[in-house]
Order: sequence, then structure tokens, then C-alpha cells
Amino acid sequence: MIIEGKDIYFADLNKAIKQADASEVTVNNIIGQRYIGSGVQGKNLILHGTPGNALGAYLDNCNITVYGNVQDAVGDTMNNGEIIVHGNGGDTLGYAMRGGVIYVKGNGGYRVGIHMKEYQENKPVLVVGGRVGSFLGEYQAGGILVVLGLGVDNSFPTGNYCGTGMHGGVMYIRSDVPPQNPLPHLLIRECAREDLTEIQPFIKNYCSYFNILEADIFNKPFYKITPGGGNHYNTIYAHN
Amino acid sequence: MSINFIYPEYEVVRNEKRCIKCRACERQCANEVHSYDQEFDCMEAQESQCVDCQRCVTLCPTNALKIVKTNNRYRENANWQQQTMEEIFRQADTGGVLLSSMGTPKDYPNYFDKILINASQVTNPPIDPLREPMESKVFLGKKLNKLEFDENDELLSEIPPQIELEMPIMFSAMSYGSISENAHKSLARAATELGICYNTGEGGLNQDLYQYGANTIVQVASGRFGVHRDYLNAGAAIEIKMGQGAKPGIGGHLPGKKIQEKVSRTRMIPVGVDAISPAPHHDIYSIEDLRQLIFSLKEATNYKKPVIVKIAAVHNVAAIASGIARSGADIISIDGFRGGTGAAPTRIRDNVGIPIELALAAVDQRLRDEKIRNDVSIVVGGSIRNSADVVKAIALGADAVYIGTAALLALGCHLCRTCHTGKCNWGIATQREDLVKRLNPDIGSRRLVNLVSAWNHEIMEMMGGMGINSIEALKGNRLMLRGIGMSAKELEIFGIAHAGE
Ligand code: SF4
Ligand code: SF4
Repeated sequence: MIIEGKDIYFADLNKAIKQADASEVTVNNIIGQRYIGSGVQGKNLILHGTPGNALGAYLDNCNITVYGNVQDAVGDTMNNGEIIVHGNGGDTLGYAMRGGVIYVKGNGGYRVGIHMKEYQENKPVLVVGGRVGSFLGEYQAGGILVVLGLGVDNSFPTGNYCGTGMHGGVMYIRSDVPPQNPLPHLLIRECAREDLTEIQPFIKNYCSYFNILEADIFNKPFYKITPGGGNHYNTIYAHN
Repeated sequence: MSINFIYPEYEVVRNEKRCIKCRACERQCANEVHSYDQEFDCMEAQESQCVDCQRCVTLCPTNALKIVKTNNRYRENANWQQQTMEEIFRQADTGGVLLSSMGTPKDYPNYFDKILINASQVTNPPIDPLREPMESKVFLGKKLNKLEFDENDELLSEIPPQIELEMPIMFSAMSYGSISENAHKSLARAATELGICYNTGEGGLNQDLYQYGANTIVQVASGRFGVHRDYLNAGAAIEIKMGQGAKPGIGGHLPGKKIQEKVSRTRMIPVGVDAISPAPHHDIYSIEDLRQLIFSLKEATNYKKPVIVKIAAVHNVAAIASGIARSGADIISIDGFRGGTGAAPTRIRDNVGIPIELALAAVDQRLRDEKIRNDVSIVVGGSIRNSADVVKAIALGADAVYIGTAALLALGCHLCRTCHTGKCNWGIATQREDLVKRLNPDIGSRRLVNLVSAWNHEIMEMMGGMGINSIEALKGNRLMLRGIGMSAKELEIFGIAHAGE
């Protein structure tokens, strides 16, 4: 089923998608309508244009492919499913996602993967092809963040304060240089190829979705970032 | 080891004539104050650990115990009181940020106690609530300014989603994790029986409690714990937590050691991992951004659930509330600075925010002035202590109130204010199984139902006395209030006259 996205109010568009009697819904010419996919169940959405903020919020049992860029808070608190973006992502990409996978071909904005967490069999994965802004993985409590840094040379492809407040999960960052001024509570080490088995399938998917050679990914080192031990929050208080 | 400067705050006084050495106190005290000395065949007390929770006193079968505040005093003066000095000692000892629980114990003015309620004499007869009809039901949500009908008198207007309450009282947000499973069960069951709502707080919803969904408000905070589609659709409404009265500008942090198996399941995070819910929602930097979160929740629930935005009462609360009323929220909940908490930095709790009475009066007036009062309902909390506080709050403009501390007191809390240690002897603010089972949800819910029904009856009596027969007619009816011992400025903010005027 195909829906024309031009000149349609976001609430009406989302209603049309929810009510569509088809498992695959294509929307053309999207012009910034928000919340697409929020509360939708059991559908594949193919989106052309630029969806607005909070695309795929609380996503459950649904897949989304976007041919275009996306805006902020994509996949906010998503539970499962897949979001594939053939373009760039915005700020707070994957906010508090607890399951599912997001692939962004290009860059991400600020606070990508903030509050990401994992739970039981749910382990969210977020793969960004280019670079991301500051505060990557802020308060990260679980899941896997991958930044491939494609097109970035001789600089670490994240902004400042990477991993601030991180207390769980893991980041894999591809870069020809190690991070400058890493935060003291993080453990950072360069990976050997066998350390990458965990993310291998996701890189494979990234390459096949966006037509990129896998060899071009593994031609640079990856840095693995995890939170160090010790819980400094518990020691800053005095009972009164 | 350095000297401990702090003299024990309480003395455990044991009447040796009455004590039968049954050791019940020893078993009851999670703070390990009492112990039995085999050699001398007597009970001993480690007084420095006592928090005056009164558990041992209540359970002692021979009334042999009492806990008294020590009369040992430092050489205090008006400026340097004992508490102030002890806080310095504590910080000098540990280098730590002081952490406290429950509402501020400081002696700030309580304006509810400076407001008096009217009653009818002669001209407008009182109503007898026992024998005459009286309406305590309220609906929370956006109210339409006009209704449209078609030619057959069928309603055309779409009524925005509402919460229906049998009485204008709800249990405020207390998360599973900060309070126990049995405390949550008690609240859920009581809310269902009373036809009101309890609030999950930001800790998610236990599977066993989905059955009480119609009487549940589910909360969404910055950490998004336990938030997923079923959760959002499970409740009667969704509350976005922007702030909390006891700690405005400060977020929540449940340490990993309190995240055991069951708490981890409702929060949907692994066992033992810290649950950090910072004050900022990093996707909300403006009213427009707030609108975005509100509508993403509305989209996820097909516009069937009212959305509440909860904020702390702070200096600019009226302007903030005006923004929220325009953001698409259905209900604004305001939490005053005397509100309770499972843990808050002492300095924040005791110094940040404003009393709910002032915040409520300012917000209600501002929304009226801007002609948007009907766009939202107002719910207030932050130390509503009795039914008279409820009546005063409603007459100042609230649609309903939230009670937290009062509800915990009904469950057995004795306000020892040490919830943050996780060793609540009353089975409320703890996750220790042996302590949790001290709170029986059957008894707990009964006590809550008793409390709120009694208040409701008192509210009706006070309304009847004023010749008012519905909450709707009391709402914002400031003519029914008079101030006592207030300055002209205070009276102006409350929009009420002084007693005698
Ligand atoms: S902490 Fe409570 S139970 Fe323990 S001695 Fe003090 S009053 Fe009794
Ligand atoms: S809930 Fe428990 S720990 Fe907290 S103040 Fe009440 S009795 Fe004390």
C-alpha cells in the first residue's frame, strides 16, 4: 500500500499508516511529519523523504526503512524491530532503546545512544556509518553502539564527552587514531579482529544495506569502550 | 580510627521490670540496635544505630521500651544548632554530599495552617452530607469550552480523554524499587477499591499489577525505566515526570544494590546495574520539545490516555505551567517542596522550591488570567496532611490532590526519614524480603481505604457546612477561604481576604 505524504497532517498520516490493511506500507514525499511508526504494530514501513522527530518511538514488532535523512529522537525507547536510514540521523538517536537495531548510513547528532539499556534477551544495537556529535552513549547502561567513522580520517569520529555517565554496555568505534582526552572512568582498548565477533553480523548487514565493501570497514582499527569498575555514585553520599 | 563526634540522637529506654527478654526487639530491628548478652542475661542497645522508627516499641509485648530524644546537648546557640553542627561533623568525617529522605523537616511556614474555611449560617443553608446528595466525583483532563451537537442533538464534539475519580485524591508517584512490592500492592488494591488512582513512579509496572491498570497512572521519566507499549497502554493515564518537589532540578538514582531480580524485571534493566534517571530529559529543552514527548505518547496510545506533566513547585511555576498548558498536556501536576522522597540531597530538599499552597494559587490565577484554565486539570501534592488541606487546595483551584507521605503513614511508616538506607523496618522503603513481608497487602490496602474514605467523608462534611454539594462547586472558590496571620502580600498571592474581612 502506498500513501502520499505531502500536505498531510502528522496525526492523519499516522492514522492512515495504523489503519492500512497491508503488512507493507510505503509513504512517499514525507515532509517532517513526526512520530511515524509510534504505536504501529506488525508492519514494514518504507519511507521516502524526511520523517520528523520521534520516528519509531516505542517501536514494537515493526520495521522501518527510510530513504532520506531523519531528525531527532529516532527510536526513542524502542523495544525491538529494525530501523534502516539511508541518510543521516539527528540528536538523541536511539534514546533509551532497549532492543532492536538501528542502522544509519551517514552521521549522527549529539547524544546518540543516550540511556541505551539492555534487558534479558533484548540487546539493542545502533550502528552509525559516519561520525557522531558530543555525548555519545551518555548514561549508557547496556547494548552496543558502533560508530564506523567512514569518511573521517586522522580524527576520532565522536565529539567531546564520549561515554559520560556510561555505566553499562559497550561501544566499538572505528578510527585510525585513539580518542583524545578520554573520560577517566572508561576502559578503552584497541581490538583485535577476534574481539569484533560480537558486531560482525551487524557490520555485515550495514554493508549489504548500504552497498559497502566489508573490506573497507576492516581496514582501520576499532576501539572498544566499556565502563570501568567501581561505582563512584555510591561513594559521594553521607547519610544524614 | 578518629573519634566519632556525634552523640547518639536517641536513647533506648528499657524498663527492666517489664522486659521478659523475648528478644522480639532484636528480631525486629534491621538497624541491629538490640542484642542479647548471654553472660549477663540482659538486653543491650547500640543506640547510635537507632533511627526512632518505633518498630521495636510497637512490637514489644510488654511495653517495656521507649525511644527518647537524647537531652545531651552540645553547647548550641540560635545560629549553630545541634543538627547544623552534626551535619558539619558528618561531612568532615566522610567528605560526602548529605543525603536524606522524606519531606523537609525544617520549620518553614505552612500556609494551609494559615487558611480558614467558611461555613454557612442562616442565609445559605448547610447541607447534611449523610442524608442529602453530595458529589465527590471528579474528572481530570482537558475540558471543552463549548459542546457542539448535530440537528438530532447527537454530540459532535470529541471529548478529550479523562481520568474518572470517585473522590479528588490520588496516591502520588512512588516507584517499585524505592518502595516495596507489598507497598505497591497495597496502593494498587486500595486505589481500585476506592475508585481512584495510584501512580507507578518511574520504576515500571510489575506484571502482577497490570490487573489494576484502570486505577493506575504510569510514569515516564528521563531514564524511561520499564517503558514500553503495553505499559503505556496499561494505565488510566501517563505522567511525564519533569520534576519532584523534594528535589527540584535533581534526578533519581537507584543504586545497583537495590536492583534485585524483581525490580530489574519491572524496570527492564539488568540486576545490579544502577538506575540513573537524570533531572534533564535530554530530548526536552523547551515547551516545544515537551510537546513532542507528549504527542509521541499520545500517538503510541492512540490518543486514548490523558497525559499528565509533573513539575516541582519552583519560583517561576506559573509561567512554566502556562507553557505546559499550551503544550498539549491534559493535566499538570505540581509537587510542593515539602513533598516526600526516597532519597534526596539534604541541601536541595531543605532549600530548593516553594510551598505548594503558593504555587497552586499562582498557577490557577495565571491560567485563569490567560483563559486557558479549562485546557488542563491541576493536581497538587507535596504534603497534603489531612482532609482540610484537601478542601483548602481545591478551593485554591486544584482539581485533585496527590498524597504520598500520608499514604505511607497509613501503611505503618513512622517518618524515621531513613528510607535511603533501604532498611525500613515497616516493610515499605526496602527490598529486603524479610522486611517486605512485614507489610501485609490485605491489611495495608484496608488501612488506605479507611484513611481515604474517612477523608472523603470529612471533605463532604466541610463542603456541606459551606452549603456546597459538589467538588466542582468548591473548585477555585476562594471566597470560602480566609487568611489568618498573613501579610498583605501573601493574601494577594492567595487571592483571599483576611479573617474578619
Ligand atoms: S531503629 Fe527502630 S526498631 Fe531499631 S531500636 Fe530504634 S526504634 Fe527500635
Ligand atoms: S518509609 Fe520506612 S524508612 Fe522511610 S520514613 Fe517511613 S518508616 Fe522510615
